[in-house]
Amino acid sequence: MITLSIIKTIHNWLFSVLPERIASITEMVLIAVFYLALFAVIGLYLVLLERRVAAWFQLRRGPNRVGPWGIFQTIADALKLVTKELVGTKRADKFLYNLAPYFVIVTALVSMSVLPFSEQVQAFDINIGVFFLLAVSSIGVIGILLGGWSSNNKYSLIGAMRSGIQTISYELSVGLSLLTMVLLTGTLQLSEIIANQQANGWLIIQGHIPAFIAFSIFMIAGTAETNRAPFDLVEAESELGAGFHTEYSGMKFAYFFLAEFINMFIISSIAVTVFFGGWLSPFGITEGIIWMQPIWFCIKLVAIIFLMMWFRWTFPRLRVDQLLKLEWKYLLPLNLMNIVLMAILIWLGFTI
Amino acid sequence: MKENYKTSNLMTNEELQNKITTFNANLEFTEEASQFLNITVPKEDLINLCNQLKKEGFDYLFCMTGIDYGEELGVIYHLESTTDRKQLVVKTQTMDRESPILDSVVSIWKTAELNEMEIFDFFGIKFNNHPNLKRLFLTPDWRGFPLRKDYIDEDNMVIK
Amino acid sequence: MTEQIVNNSFKSQEYFVNMGPQHPATHGVLRLILTIDGEIIKNIEPDLGYIHRSIEKMCERDSYQQIVHLTDRMDYLSSHINNEAVCLTVENALGLEVPDRVKVIRTIISELTRIASHCLWWGVMGMDVGALTTYFLAFRDREMINDIFEETCGARLTMNYNIPGGLMFDIHPNFVQRTKEFLTHFRKKLPEYDRLLTNNVIFQKRTKGVGFLSKQDAISYGVSGPVARGSGYSSDVRKIHPYSAYNSVDFNEILFTEGDTLSRYKVRIAEMWESMKIIDQLIDNIPEGDIKVTTKAVIKLPKGEFYQKVETARGELGVYINSTGTKNPYRVKFRSPSLSNLNALKQMAVGGKIGDLVATMASLDIVVPDIDR
Repeated sequence: MITLSIIKTIHNWLFSVLPERIASITEMVLIAVFYLALFAVIGLYLVLLERRVAAWFQLRRGPNRVGPWGIFQTIADALKLVTKELVGTKRADKFLYNLAPYFVIVTALVSMSVLPFSEQVQAFDINIGVFFLLAVSSIGVIGILLGGWSSNNKYSLIGAMRSGIQTISYELSVGLSLLTMVLLTGTLQLSEIIANQQANGWLIIQGHIPAFIAFSIFMIAGTAETNRAPFDLVEAESELGAGFHTEYSGMKFAYFFLAEFINMFIISSIAVTVFFGGWLSPFGITEGIIWMQPIWFCIKLVAIIFLMMWFRWTFPRLRVDQLLKLEWKYLLPLNLMNIVLMAILIWLGFTI
Repeated sequence: MKENYKTSNLMTNEELQNKITTFNANLEFTEEASQFLNITVPKEDLINLCNQLKKEGFDYLFCMTGIDYGEELGVIYHLESTTDRKQLVVKTQTMDRESPILDSVVSIWKTAELNEMEIFDFFGIKFNNHPNLKRLFLTPDWRGFPLRKDYIDEDNMVIK
Repeated sequence: MTEQIVNNSFKSQEYFVNMGPQHPATHGVLRLILTIDGEIIKNIEPDLGYIHRSIEKMCERDSYQQIVHLTDRMDYLSSHINNEAVCLTVENALGLEVPDRVKVIRTIISELTRIASHCLWWGVMGMDVGALTTYFLAFRDREMINDIFEETCGARLTMNYNIPGGLMFDIHPNFVQRTKEFLTHFRKKLPEYDRLLTNNVIFQKRTKGVGFLSKQDAISYGVSGPVARGSGYSSDVRKIHPYSAYNSVDFNEILFTEGDTLSRYKVRIAEMWESMKIIDQLIDNIPEGDIKVTTKAVIKLPKGEFYQKVETARGELGVYINSTGTKNPYRVKFRSPSLSNLNALKQMAVGGKIGDLVATMASLDIVVPDIDR
């Protein structure tokens, strides 16, 4: 009640004070600034969470000196990165070299704008929500390839090529597994998907077997999309160099680094929205309490992010040809069969 | 000294010596001052002897040492047979200290490849037919051969 | 050196890449010059000498007791076994018979060193393949062994506990009890290692059929240790030419015939179980007695050549001493197991991919100071 009516009050105040055009633009700017701040804060705290979860798996403590439970650790790291010297290569293509990090950030921000954090907090609720998300995440590949190419470094280029092909391959699986769930709801709009789940129960329960298969494929393909282990061949330290971001330092490196964590956040949010009911509470416990909705969203989000971190610290890495074989020979056929299965189940009325 | 080592009972040193003399009568055999049967061979016959020994079953070259006797430069090969665990030593040497050349045994035992590079690096002995003979541990522009007894290096050597 | 490689016959699509000398996967300062075509490796050339300290030349001016201290730094993960090799050579040359107590203690500490070295190898192998948690788990167990050594020998890595003639001082009163505690602890932890890494499908796909070395090639390349036993060549010096107390213990030699990275991995894991078996048989019955045989202060070996082989965690270490009867040796040569194993790398990794090279090098378990000496 408290938090969300602030939005209404600000909206009304703006429109009463300023003429209409300028008020809309100001409102858009404010929302953009809010999302930028959210982007920064989420990025910082996900890094800290990763470090503490990794330490927990490795039987040690993580950072706990800088602030209670190490809360200010990433801020200290970010300040350090800001003050670093920007060492670029001499013959790098200056324009593309500087442009590449912005592609990945803009992609991440645009994806974040369509996610429903609660019933009323959603910046951009278009009727092609899921399709929009998939389309925008494909643009991120350009940033990686540009970064590798413009560094004028053959190892960066090899790393960028590998990463590019990995991302392009796994986008297919991500798209198809989301498509399986869209069959159940009949709509691509994210808020409608959640409304459907409010009426009939979470989609993963509605679709039982094919939905569970779709969720597994989505998790595998999502982890591969974000170049995280076990698919992190691109940035593996034991292989050659550091991949496409070898020649970046300082703030530009920080952009690539943060973008990886934000991508993880986006994949998890999509999983939570489409499979697990978004901001809905399980069994409708706190149905009417509006400020619990973002909190439920966060709880489910943290669970899925923890799952992705668990993958990273347990499994060894796949080799690049095994990675591609997995996608094209195993996941894609499985996905297609799953869609047919889901269609048959809906037609026969066996969904819950 | 010899009682501490378990040697095979299948062929004693005398039988081995007799067998090898049938290949080549030009060899010196000795067992004193060592726990193995030592064969000293002139450098021209080295490859023949090694081929025959490999056919005899000595297929494991477990140590290859370069040594500077003071006047001659030599190489010592320690061989073992993997079937009956018999061990044997082959020695060869050359009087030429300016440009010593021996035959390479890489075609017989592949382990000699890095070992011969090491001996070239430290003693200067060149090996014919080696696939890639160059210095192994020292930098390519190093002058001199450190493990020779007459090597002098005031900067790096600490002599007590 | 790179100019020479570039000028050699070079197809247009190939390029060369430096791996090392600072590289997380080369286990030390090893530089490999790879010629790669796409993702396939066409040629490997090692460039050694970054940690060459001329140990063999130094041995020619040092006395026999001083040589022992130089051998710690060669293969620092089996430093006790290196010391034991030199001491055994000198003792056999002089015809000294060390007391049984010394033999048993030397064997127990050798086997503990072997377990510590294989623990570290396991952690690093997991890390190279991508499972980063294995490193921390392995070091947790290795710390227990290091603590046992620190109490008895005074040092955690370079132990200097052996002298020609016996041991420097007696074992600490807590040694037996702490070793037994370690054995009970580690017996529960070793199956955890299997659950985490060995049975993982991704790990098996990375290591099965990768880096094949046939038995004939293993013998020809002079390969020894777990690498040879993974290819089916029975090369355990503890069985073939036993020394110290290995005559009186009962253990198996582990042989696998597949010759790929996974079989070398399994050999080392099984060797850890065998080492625990050996320690179990000896730890309760350490005979009483002296801990050293007195030698003269200035040791002079008789004129002649002496050779001793021991089985370190990497393979067969050989010590060759050529003496002319004076107080310094005339020539000392250390036959390093890692040098021969590295020689076989070209055979194993050419034709495979870069990821396979990393896994194969991890399974070879080379320690570069052992190569460079």
